Amino acid sequence: MGGVIRGLLPFAVAVPVLAALQVLTADAPFLVILSLTVGVNIVLAVSLNIVNGMTGQFSIGHAGFMAVGAYVGGVLSKVTSEYGISFLPEVVSDQVLFALSLVVGGAVAALFGFVVGLPSLRLKGDYLAIVTLGFGEIIRVVVQNTELFGKALGLSGVPARTTLFSCWLVVVVVVVVAKRIHDSSHGRALLAIREDEIAAEAMGVNTTAYKVRSFVVASFFAGVAGGVFAHYQSIVAPSSFTYVKSMEVVVMIVAGGLGSTTGAIVAAVFLTLLPEGLRSVLLAVTGDGALAQKVEQIRMPLYGLLLVVLMLLRPQGLFGTRELWDMGPFRKKRAPSPPSPLSSSASPGAAPEVVR
Amino acid sequence: MSDLLQHVLNGLAAGTIYALVALGYTMVYGVLKLINFAHGDVMMVGVYVGYASAKQMGRDTSSSFLGVTLVFLLSMAMCAALGFLIERFAYRPLRDKPKLTALITAIGMSFFLSYSFQLEASLGGLTVLPGAAPRAFPDVITSQVWLIIGDVVVSNKQVISVVVALALMGGLQFLVFRTRFGMAMRAVSFDHRTAGLMGIPVDRVIALTFMLGSALAAGAGILYAIKDTLVQPLMGVTVGLKAFVAAVIGGIGHVPGAVVGSLCLGLVEEFVVGYGGSTWRDAVAFGFLIAVLLFRPEGIFGRVTAEKV
Repeated sequence: MGGVIRGLLPFAVAVPVLAALQVLTADAPFLVILSLTVGVNIVLAVSLNIVNGMTGQFSIGHAGFMAVGAYVGGVLSKVTSEYGISFLPEVVSDQVLFALSLVVGGAVAALFGFVVGLPSLRLKGDYLAIVTLGFGEIIRVVVQNTELFGKALGLSGVPARTTLFSCWLVVVVVVVVAKRIHDSSHGRALLAIREDEIAAEAMGVNTTAYKVRSFVVASFFAGVAGGVFAHYQSIVAPSSFTYVKSMEVVVMIVAGGLGSTTGAIVAAVFLTLLPEGLRSVLLAVTGDGALAQKVEQIRMPLYGLLLVVLMLLRPQGLFGTRELWDMGPFRKKRAPSPPSPLSSSASPGAAPEVVR
Repeated sequence: MSDLLQHVLNGLAAGTIYALVALGYTMVYGVLKLINFAHGDVMMVGVYVGYASAKQMGRDTSSSFLGVTLVFLLSMAMCAALGFLIERFAYRPLRDKPKLTALITAIGMSFFLSYSFQLEASLGGLTVLPGAAPRAFPDVITSQVWLIIGDVVVSNKQVISVVVALALMGGLQFLVFRTRFGMAMRAVSFDHRTAGLMGIPVDRVIALTFMLGSALAAGAGILYAIKDTLVQPLMGVTVGLKAFVAAVIGGIGHVPGAVVGSLCLGLVEEFVVGYGGSTWRDAVAFGFLIAVLLFRPEGIFGRVTAEKV
C-alpha cells in the first residue's frame, strides 16, 4: 500500500502544478510552444538514455521510432477527429482520443522497436549503431512512399491537441518510468549488461531479452513523443525525422552523461533553449532575420564538435551516471553508483588493465 | 536481355566506386577495430578539393590527361592529410579508452565535417566553406560512348572508373600482402600490443593506414562525382553508409570481401532503380544490410572469431 502511494506521489504533485502552469501561461503562446519543444526533447532524451545509457547499447535511430508514433498517432487523430465520445464534453473527449492516439502510436513504435531490436541487439556496438541508423532511414523512405502518410509532403491537418499539461504529464511519466526501471532488479540487469555483457550473461542474465525490452520501452516513449510533437505541429513531414534529429538526441544524452536521467533532462532543456534563446536575442538586438537563421545552421557542426570534444576531455558528460535524487538532501543510504560506461578505465582504484 | 546486360554493367560500374570507399572502412577496421564513421565525409571533402582545383585550372587544363591526374593527386593528398589529422587528434587519444568513446567521436566527426561544409564562409575572397547548394562537378572527362553491343552502351566513364578502381585495388592487395608495411599492418591488425612489443611502430602504421584509406576515398569520390552526380556536403553520408554496408556484406576487415560486397550492392541498387523503384533505393541498401547481419553477420568472406575475454 505504501508502495502504491509512493508511486503515485510524483503525479499527485505534478498534476496540480501542471494544471496551474497551464492556466498561468494561457496568454503566452510563445512560451507554451517553447515548453512543448523542450518537453518533447526531454521525453526523447530520457527514453533513449534507457537504451544508450543504462543498457550501454548505442542506438542512433531514435527519430525513426518518433516518426512511427507521429504518423500513426496523427492519422488516428485525423480519422477520429469527426467523432466524439457522446457522454463527455467535447474538450474532455478530445483529450481522451488524443491520449488514445498517443498510446496507440507509442505501441506501434514499440512493436517496431521489438521487430528491429530482436535481431539487431544480437549485434555489438558499431553494428547496432549502423542498423538503427539504417532502420531510421528505412522508416523515412517507407513513409515518403505511402499515400496514407502524404508521401514527401507529409501529413497535414492533425488536430492541435497538445497542451502544456498533457505534454509535461508525459514528461513526468517517462522520468518516473526511467527512474523506477533504473532502481528495479530489471534495471540492475541492464546496468550489468552495460558494465560487462559477458559477465552479466555468466551471472544468468538473459542479455538479449533484457536488451530487447529496454529497446521496446525506449521506442514506446519515442513514439509517444512523436505523437505529442505531431499534435502541436499539426503538420508531420518526413524531414522532421531525419538522421539529424536522432543525432540531436544522442548529443543531449552524451552531454548530460550517458546513464544519468538527470543529465538527459538538463542537457535536453539546455540544448533546446540555447539555440532558441540565441535566435530570439539576435533577432531582437540586430533585427536581422538572416543572422538569426545562421544560428540554426551553425548548431549542427557545433553538435558534432561537441561530441568529439566531450569524448576527449570529459567522456562522462555533465553528470556521469549520477542522479539528482542521489545527491545532497535527497540521498538515501545506498551503494555508490557504478562508474560511467565511458570512464570505467579512469575510475580511481580500478585494477590496472590486464594485457590481453 | 540487352536491358539486363546494361543494368549489370551499370551496377558493376557503380559497385567499383563503392568498393574503393569500402576498402577504406575495411582497412581502418582491420588495424583499429573501429568503424570510421567520418570516412564518407572525408570522401566528400576530397570531392570538394577536386572540384576547387579543377575550377582553378580552368576547363582546358583540367580536361587534359595531366590535368585530370593532378586533380586526383591533389585531392588524394589533401584527404590523406585530413585523415592524418583526424586520426592524430580525435582517435589516437581514445585508443585505450572504452570502445563507445571512439564510436561517439567518429559519429561526431562525421557530423562535424558534413554540416560545417553546409555553411557558407569565405576568407578574403577565397571560399573556405562551400555552402549547401549542390554543384555540378566540372566535366574533366568528357562523356563518350566507347562500345555498343546490340543495345548495350558502354561509356568511357564506366570503363575508366572500373579500370582505375581495379588498379587501385590491385595496388592495395600488393601493398597489404607483399610489402613490409603490409606485413606490419597485418601484424597490428592481428594484435596491436604484441605487434608493438615486436618493434613495429604501431602509431605510425595506424596513421599511414588512415591516410591510405582517406586517399582511396578521395579517388573514389571524384570518380563518383564525375559520373553525373551533383556535389553536395551530405553526399559523403549516403555514399559512406552504403560503402559501409558493402564492407559488412563482404566481411569487414577483408579486402577482396569489400570488393565483392560492393559489386553485389551496386548490382542490387541498379536493379531496384532499373525496375521501377528509384525512391526505394536507399531503403533497399539498408534492408540488404539487415538481412546480411541477420543470416550471416560475419559477411560473405568473414570468419567467425571467438571473442577473447
